[in-house]
Amino acid sequence: MRSQFVFSEIWIGLRRNLTMTMALIVVVAISLSLLGTGLLFVKQVDRTRSFWQGRVEMSVYFCTSTSAQYNPVCKSSGPATQQQKDSLQQRLQSMPQVEFVKYVSQSEQYQQFRQEFSNEPNLVDNTPNNAIPDSLEVKLKDPQAGYSVVASAAEGAPGVENVINEMTILDKFYKLLDAARNAVVIIALILLVAAILLVANTIRLSAFNRRRETAIMRLVGASNFYIQLPFLLEGAIAGLLGWAIAAALLIAAKAFLLDTVEQYFATNTGLSAGDLVEVIVLAMIVGVLLCGATSFLTLRRYLRI
Amino acid sequence: MPRSYPYRYRCDGPVIQFDNVTKVYANQSRPALESVNISVEKGEFVFLVGSSGAGKSTFLRLILKEERPTEGQIHVAGKDLARLTNWKVPYLRRRIGCVFQDFRLLPNKNVYENVAFALEVIGKHRRFIRKVVPEVIDLVGLEGKHERMPDELSGGEQQRVAMARAFVNRPMILLADEPTGNIDPATSIGIMKVLDRINRTGTTVVMATHDAAIVDSMRKRVIELEYGKVVRDQSRGVYGQAY
Repeated sequence: MRSQFVFSEIWIGLRRNLTMTMALIVVVAISLSLLGTGLLFVKQVDRTRSFWQGRVEMSVYFCTSTSAQYNPVCKSSGPATQQQKDSLQQRLQSMPQVEFVKYVSQSEQYQQFRQEFSNEPNLVDNTPNNAIPDSLEVKLKDPQAGYSVVASAAEGAPGVENVINEMTILDKFYKLLDAARNAVVIIALILLVAAILLVANTIRLSAFNRRRETAIMRLVGASNFYIQLPFLLEGAIAGLLGWAIAAALLIAAKAFLLDTVEQYFATNTGLSAGDLVEVIVLAMIVGVLLCGATSFLTLRRYLRI
Repeated sequence: MPRSYPYRYRCDGPVIQFDNVTKVYANQSRPALESVNISVEKGEFVFLVGSSGAGKSTFLRLILKEERPTEGQIHVAGKDLARLTNWKVPYLRRRIGCVFQDFRLLPNKNVYENVAFALEVIGKHRRFIRKVVPEVIDLVGLEGKHERMPDELSGGEQQRVAMARAFVNRPMILLADEPTGNIDPATSIGIMKVLDRINRTGTTVVMATHDAAIVDSMRKRVIELEYGKVVRDQSRGVYGQAY
């Protein structure tokens, strides 16, 4: 069959069904966008998790001259001495649950602080140097089991202001991401179901609109493939347009939302362009399979061959 | 004959052969056709007469393989229709042209496009179409009316367009299901002249009709069906029984 003829038939078909086709494109776009966002969330969580795997689970903060003034724990013992810090470090290092202990001096910590919050000049300027304490960063061999033992050992030691469980903060963060991801994926699945139904309905309407042409094509001896072709291509074109919009939305989301959010968290666990491409390609495969399979099955049911 | 299809429909024997064919539709007790034995040779002009429900349309649909017989065998151009796979049925239908009582033209296309549609959907080149379609439009007597839309044509003219469309691919058989049903007697004569012209080119014509006057005037082979059975098969027949 001549391609010119096929395209003119498709164009006529699309025009007749214009509102339904547009509805189809919009629903496919939204559902693929949400699916892509959900996938991006999943990737983000994986990245963050693997990033933080290598980090410490426990931080021990020592008393400083500043905290000795207002904190009751530090008032009695005063700012931590170097000896106290060293002995605690050795003690912790010798414990079997501990993988390693790293000493982070005040000045190191301050530099890090300035760097991480470099886009908050007010905060940085108002924090004097000695408000940031020295600390020990402890990495445990088994984060779940060993924490309580090591924590109690550190808490009682002289010169220690507090022991922070880094894991709880992260747990909250993970829970937030997981919840967001689940919500997005559920909505995406619901919308995908809507998209399937819309494709089926659009094809059915299209087949009805073209019943006269189809009857004559059958009578005159057009092969089954050529009778079905314009409908399949209509579905495919609408699906591809929907996917293109979804891809554009995902790229915009990555550029504006995710990168801004990443700045706030001040980690470099952001998603790369490669991740985005992967998600977009996956969305395309899902979109094409969905539209194609639905079109084909609907045609079998509603198009008399 | 065009070489664009896989099966050669060359024919030495009868173009249409019905062997003891019975057709019973799903929800009916009485068969639409019962033990029908008919043989139509190449180039014949056959009238199929009978009252409504006698089985004329069923006969035509069986030739096109729109329906399958409940019993019996049908051969079209030597091919056993029962053995024809679904994939090959379109190629059978390209060798058969159809004309109906309600014309069945596409309302959004003009005369030229309606006739060309039959060729476009089977994949012919634009150049071929541009050569062949005007010829057949002239053959049916509509020269100069290529650009008219169907709703600008009279019933007789619309039927001529339908016949042009049926004939444009030079089919072996032309089936006409009450083509003059919606047309006044005077115009019907013109329609029959076109059918006769088509028949003279070698196309076998099978026409189902109620129109007694036409059958009587043309004196071709007449097959009469009554309640699904063949009651008469005369070579130069008239509509009613000539006692």
